[in-house]
Amino acid sequence: MGLSISKLFESLLGKKEMRILMVGLDAAGKTTILYKLKLGEIVTTIPTIGFNVETVEFQNISFTVWDVGGQDKIRPLWRHYFQNTQGIIYVIDSNDRERVSEAREELHRMLNEDELRDALLLVFANKQDLPNAQSAAELTDKLGLHSLNNRTWYIQATCATSGDGLYEGLKWLKENVTKKH
Amino acid sequence: MSRAVLKKDDETGFNSFYHNKSTVLQEARVFNESPISPRRCRALLSQIVYLLYVGETFSTQEATTLFFGTTKLFQHKDSALRQAVYLAIKELATTAEDVIMVTSSIMKDMQPNSEVIYRPNAIRALCRIIDPSMAQGVERFFKAAIVDRNPSISSAALVSSYHLFPAAKDVVKRWANEAQEAVNAKSTSSFFGSGSSGSGYLGFGASSQANNTNLPITSSSYITQYHALGLLYLIRQQDRMAITKMIQQLGGGKSGAGSTLKNAMALCMLIRYAAKVVEEDPNVQRQIVELLEGWLRHKSDMVNIEAARAICEMKSVPPQSLTKAISVLQLCLSSPKSTLKFAAIRTLATLAQTQPASVASCNVEMEHLISDPNRGIATYAITTLLKTGTEASVDRLMKQISGFMSEISDEFKVIVVDAIRSLCLKFPSKQASMLTFLSGVLRDEGGYDFKRAVVEAIFDMIKFISECKEQALSHLCEFIEDCEFTKLSVRILHLLGVEGPKTPQPAKYIRYIYNRVVLENAIVRAAAVSSMGKFGVNVDDPSVHKSIKVLLSRCLEDVDDEVRDRAAFSLKVLDNKPLQETYIKEESVFSLSALESSLVAYVKDETAAEQPFDVSSIPKISREQAAKETARPSSLDTIGIPSSSNSRTVSPAPQTAAETQSAYAQQLAEVPEFADYGPVLNSSSKPAQLTESETEYQVSCVKHIFKEHVVFQFNVSNTMPDTVLEQVSVIMQPQAESGLTEDFIMPLPSLMQSTSPGIVYVSFTRDTPEEYALASFQCILKFISKEVDPVSGEPEEEGYEDEYQLEEVELASGGDYIIPTYASFASEWDRLRSGPHATETFALSAMESIKAACTSIVEILNMEPLGGSENPTSTSVHTLQLSGLVIGGGGKVLVRCRMSFASSTGVTLELAVRAEKQESCNLVIAAIGG
Repeated sequence: MGLSISKLFESLLGKKEMRILMVGLDAAGKTTILYKLKLGEIVTTIPTIGFNVETVEFQNISFTVWDVGGQDKIRPLWRHYFQNTQGIIYVIDSNDRERVSEAREELHRMLNEDELRDALLLVFANKQDLPNAQSAAELTDKLGLHSLNNRTWYIQATCATSGDGLYEGLKWLKENVTKKH
Repeated sequence: MSRAVLKKDDETGFNSFYHNKSTVLQEARVFNESPISPRRCRALLSQIVYLLYVGETFSTQEATTLFFGTTKLFQHKDSALRQAVYLAIKELATTAEDVIMVTSSIMKDMQPNSEVIYRPNAIRALCRIIDPSMAQGVERFFKAAIVDRNPSISSAALVSSYHLFPAAKDVVKRWANEAQEAVNAKSTSSFFGSGSSGSGYLGFGASSQANNTNLPITSSSYITQYHALGLLYLIRQQDRMAITKMIQQLGGGKSGAGSTLKNAMALCMLIRYAAKVVEEDPNVQRQIVELLEGWLRHKSDMVNIEAARAICEMKSVPPQSLTKAISVLQLCLSSPKSTLKFAAIRTLATLAQTQPASVASCNVEMEHLISDPNRGIATYAITTLLKTGTEASVDRLMKQISGFMSEISDEFKVIVVDAIRSLCLKFPSKQASMLTFLSGVLRDEGGYDFKRAVVEAIFDMIKFISECKEQALSHLCEFIEDCEFTKLSVRILHLLGVEGPKTPQPAKYIRYIYNRVVLENAIVRAAAVSSMGKFGVNVDDPSVHKSIKVLLSRCLEDVDDEVRDRAAFSLKVLDNKPLQETYIKEESVFSLSALESSLVAYVKDETAAEQPFDVSSIPKISREQAAKETARPSSLDTIGIPSSSNSRTVSPAPQTAAETQSAYAQQLAEVPEFADYGPVLNSSSKPAQLTESETEYQVSCVKHIFKEHVVFQFNVSNTMPDTVLEQVSVIMQPQAESGLTEDFIMPLPSLMQSTSPGIVYVSFTRDTPEEYALASFQCILKFISKEVDPVSGEPEEEGYEDEYQLEEVELASGGDYIIPTYASFASEWDRLRSGPHATETFALSAMESIKAACTSIVEILNMEPLGGSENPTSTSVHTLQLSGLVIGGGGKVLVRCRMSFASSTGVTLELAVRAEKQESCNLVIAAIGG
């Protein structure tokens, strides 16, 4: 009872918090997305050895975004950040046709984890500005998103450098997390 | 013991009150909570760090879980929390896996423009988690951080670089300029208020969370200099010139006043480096001592003490400098600060071991310190006084020591015992009171090191002071009755076996020894059995003989193999006089290094296996020599040399003759022409120089004797860079009928400065191998000399033939055919009575004394002088006894030289030789006569 009252207060007055884990293969653009959201500008990035974490305010929700590096030696360590995660942002380099299947494998392996069974899945089909980029629909197929059971998911075409699509994605997360909880 | 248990209880009690490991692991859930509570997390982090500091360990799994838990805290910006996170990460980094996970976060925190208080913490954590390959990637950050104006950032970067150095030498070496800049950094006191980054810190403190009160403390301690100096030294330590230069630069002239180093610890470090430089290069001693004398007057006590210590520990320091250092220490002795007193007295105690006379000037001050409440200071004061004091004061001091022996730790007890040990030898007349003291402390509680020190002190007394022998032996007997240290029991039993039979009443020791057989473990029992065996052989009393037999036969039933074997062996030997001589009374042992190299050669040579190993060709050495060879610190070390010098690096021992021999043997084995010559019987122990040392061509000669051949090895060096020598050979011309026929010369095709020395071999056949051919040769170095074109580096087409006269090479008996070996002269001399012998008388009119005659005979014959007979006691009459081994199966040879001296005629020598073969006798006579 006490819990539901505090929840009520929170949604009326206070800010809601949401824990987001942002992963994906290396060089997909995760760190660029994070700082575009946080600072509104493009920062020069180096491959992330480890993680970055920032809080992003959007429409009265405070998103704590964990951006974890995508190099193969770091991928096994993603699991340490699954606990309490409400939403996953999976970033794809739409231009990288060769590694789509690798991205698909990593995605499905992760979604099988028990700790993530309630997490929302938002896929950012990034780098849409590049001429050879695959469309969101094409990637939906190739990543096998339709085959996902019991998973609320959404795919959003984005371009981190211009910021296109990023806030649309956050908006979807916000709407669905309130729906669900 | 009881105290230790109590302490442990205390600790666990405190732990369970404060927190224990499992609670901490459970509570680590707070790291995953949302939102994070900085206060609770910080408390938990300090508990983790506390547990690690008090010695608790986490498994890899636990540490990894905790580590990833703490990484969750990076989402919170609270700076006090972040500092605690870094502390925990540093501690967990050694056990946890995948710690590179925080790399990105750390790099972000240590950005030059991030004006956060935890930047130094981030830097310090980084060096614990990165692997060496990443060092290059952080180079830019580090260079900037080292020269940062904020001392805590600069120090953090310097200390981290220091830790990174072993793993990433090449990268860190490039930071030397930055480190140098940090050493020279000017005052930072103006930084607090005015610097832009300084106000940034202030601003940060004010605007952030309420609990952030720890502002950077601007330092005027210049500690950065200490860290920077450490890194600079680490980078340059291989380069002595650079270090010397650094010391002179930073030392700041004679008075030391101009030094850029403001930090006392940095100066102390500099003094230590300086002392090390002097140790390696005595040429700079004068300059360094001048610097050190300047620092004796520095305003910091620490620097004074360090400088004085460096001077006191330096070898061959000028006496006036030593006096200055001692007077500084003397002042410190009267200081109210315990640390100063301790540092000063400890230095003086060490110095007193070598120079008691110079320390004696502090006797008055040291007398006061005997009653110092700090037992460490008091112990050092007394032991130093024992060394500097007179015989009269010994008794009084001994009484005072006994008073507080029970109050000091083992470590200090060892110091006291060592002091007593050297005192016994200094004042033998006081041995009674000292032996009483030693036996008293032997009964006290104490660890192995302490007991060993006492036992060794008593051993020394037995060895050097014969009056106390019996008393000391009975104390030792009493000690082994209740000795918990097997090693000590074994050594004492061995000593009893050696010394006991020589005492008037040997029987009384046997009871103690047999008690060991009944009561102790197998190792001690075996030692006891051997010891009894020695009594049986060396005591003449038939009743003792009989009882020993009975006791030994009881030991035949022992459960342990070794004990039974030794008992059976001793029983067998007991009734067999010749066996006794060889196995128990034998005073000599094989030279182990020679034995080893011969055995190695024997095992490697497959054809040799047809015949049994010939042990008679191995030279023997006396037990005294063997004892000298083993590196165990003898009593002389503790008397003469400061104990601290043991920790210094000891230069590798010079190659023994045997090692050189085996090196030559290996070298010769690689030459196919000598393959069928068989094993080398002997090689010269050191090369004979055939040229002056500063000539253009340098030649030395080594002689190798084979069964039927002699090989001369010429080591030729060409010292001229612009000349190449081709077809280098050595022409040897025997002067008289030599009994040797030249086989071949193996010339060197080409010899340059860079390839020097090269080897030319000349081989001869011994016409009659059973005789020992003696000869001397004229030698000429022949070669074609060609100049090297300095541009192309190629030798010119045309050269000219040249030759070069060398010194004569001699093939002599001593050194080439005879090698020294040990024997017990009297019995061997008797044994060879009936064998081949020769006697001849010589008038050595050129010899000016018997001493000179002895020295040259020993040198010419290359034989082992026995029983100290190489040092004549009389100037008119003397007998020199020599023993040697003739190579190639020539067997033993003994020489007795009876000499008399008169100023009119010089030395008259009667040379008597006994050997196993007539040729050997002739060889020796020829060596002196020829």
